[in-house]
Amino acid sequence: MKALLLTGRSLKQGIGKEVGKVTEKYKESVAMCEIHPKDVEELGIKDGENVSITTKFGSVVVKSVSSQNIAEPGIIFIPYGPYASMLVDYDTCSTGMPTLKGIVAEVKPAPSERILDVKELVKYLGR
Amino acid sequence: MVIVQNIVCPICGCACDDIEATVEGNKIVKVKNSCSISASKFLNFWKERNLSSLIRKNGELAPTSLEEAVEKTAEILVNAEYPLVYGFALSGCEAQAVGVELAEEIGGVIDNQTVTCHGPSALGLHDVGMPGCTLGEVRHRADLIVYWGSNFQEAHPRHLARYSALSEGRFRKGRKDRKVVVIDVRKTPSARVADLFIPIAPGQDYELMSALRMALNNDEIEEESVAGLPVDKIEELAEMLRSCQFGILFYGLGLTMSRGKERNIDQAVSLVCDLNKWTKFVIMPMRGHYNVTGMNEVTAWQTGYPYAVDFSHGYPWYNPGETTSIDILRRGECDAALIVASDPLAHFPKEVGQNLCKIPFAVIDPHMSMTALAADVVMPCAFTGIEAEGSAYRMDTVPLPLKKVIESPPGILSDEELVGMILKRVKSKRRR
Ligand code: SF4
Repeated sequence: MKALLLTGRSLKQGIGKEVGKVTEKYKESVAMCEIHPKDVEELGIKDGENVSITTKFGSVVVKSVSSQNIAEPGIIFIPYGPYASMLVDYDTCSTGMPTLKGIVAEVKPAPSERILDVKELVKYLGR
Repeated sequence: MVIVQNIVCPICGCACDDIEATVEGNKIVKVKNSCSISASKFLNFWKERNLSSLIRKNGELAPTSLEEAVEKTAEILVNAEYPLVYGFALSGCEAQAVGVELAEEIGGVIDNQTVTCHGPSALGLHDVGMPGCTLGEVRHRADLIVYWGSNFQEAHPRHLARYSALSEGRFRKGRKDRKVVVIDVRKTPSARVADLFIPIAPGQDYELMSALRMALNNDEIEEESVAGLPVDKIEELAEMLRSCQFGILFYGLGLTMSRGKERNIDQAVSLVCDLNKWTKFVIMPMRGHYNVTGMNEVTAWQTGYPYAVDFSHGYPWYNPGETTSIDILRRGECDAALIVASDPLAHFPKEVGQNLCKIPFAVIDPHMSMTALAADVVMPCAFTGIEAEGSAYRMDTVPLPLKKVIESPPGILSDEELVGMILKRVKSKRRR
């Protein structure tokens, strides 16, 4: 399914980051993707099942969350953090600011794929 | 048991200065007046904490002495040709000032989290200025409050209660005296507390602001709808904006991070300027970290520029797009870094993070983070505003004192002290 990816703050992410950035609580708050209930249906997944999100810039597996916060189908939301950062556009168009909202993405069911933890993401980045 | 009052909350740009903490035996056991994020920090910050300096040996981080960590950091920075000093939005102004001095000493770049939040606001401000006010004025006077691209209920949970719609001011007594408009691409919890929620199509903020300006100036809009909003609704909104007595446009990352970036800010400021033909209207960015505004102030008073300042020429040079940390790292120009109170690996686009992982870098942070896990040197520091004093600038650039509520664990210094130790070591190495 094609979608437009938005990133941003969430209350859970705010609370999770204050507990600690390598804790399970933080991971749970950021390794997720809010999807419109109609899109959850279209994907044929159960709410909470893992999905893979792919953009021109990268790919990541996160947990799906059916959400009324999404105003209309075709829009998905991932909170700021290590998972959203795998997918966003690095080009700043000479402004210094990367594009972190409004990125074209492909969403696929990934019930058998695992969500990487922060340590695994560090390895993936090259350390 | 001691009750410490009027603590400035060291989390978001609201910098609420009424937090009350109950301290028992150097531990905060209860907090009052805090939001859920603030309570999470005050009650949990000491858990999951790293209390030892770490250094990378054979590919793994291993405990080391603070002296060795400082020595290694100084060595990394002195040996670099184009080092980056990054972060400080969660530090006090005093640490920030030492950070700027360090960047100048090593001929590097000093940059901060503005680069991934309100950098475009700084650029917009350079272009067209910014008619602002303090949050106190909003509380006393505002009868129309517009939040554009800001999910304040989740990012700044007490903003509504302390500074805007729910606050009791001199001339506006509370919610019934004010109207709240939320304009956003998502129906966030913030949209639900608004009198009017306007959902707009992603990436079309610029178009909607242009249309609003046209409606205000009685120009004909030759479309049926703009950004998903029918023209008659745009005209109604324009009328609502110009007929208030004191309006404020609070805007968030929905404007700075989307298509248009600093042009969105130009347009938002121009809209507010237009509105001042009819009424009093002001604009304010919803700054995220509690002292990112302070880092802009400190960098500006020391160098003339608010962020992304390059000292490699021997004098301060500022050109966002060229001297911004994201661009320097993406182009692979930077060859070492010191990261202070920040987690860029978790928040920079992947390619940029991968390039940071290719160079030696040190981290000063009270917590372990994704960036700390990847660092060559990690130095734990005290939590400023809880375990160390300092100063911070609220989102409206009002400076506030940060309190030391409890003692930091033995041997854990403030980031100001740690950056100062590195600076001293760098100076002595360079003079050899
Ligand atoms: S709104 Fe922000 S500054 Fe105020 S208590 Fe909550 S996190 Fe702290």
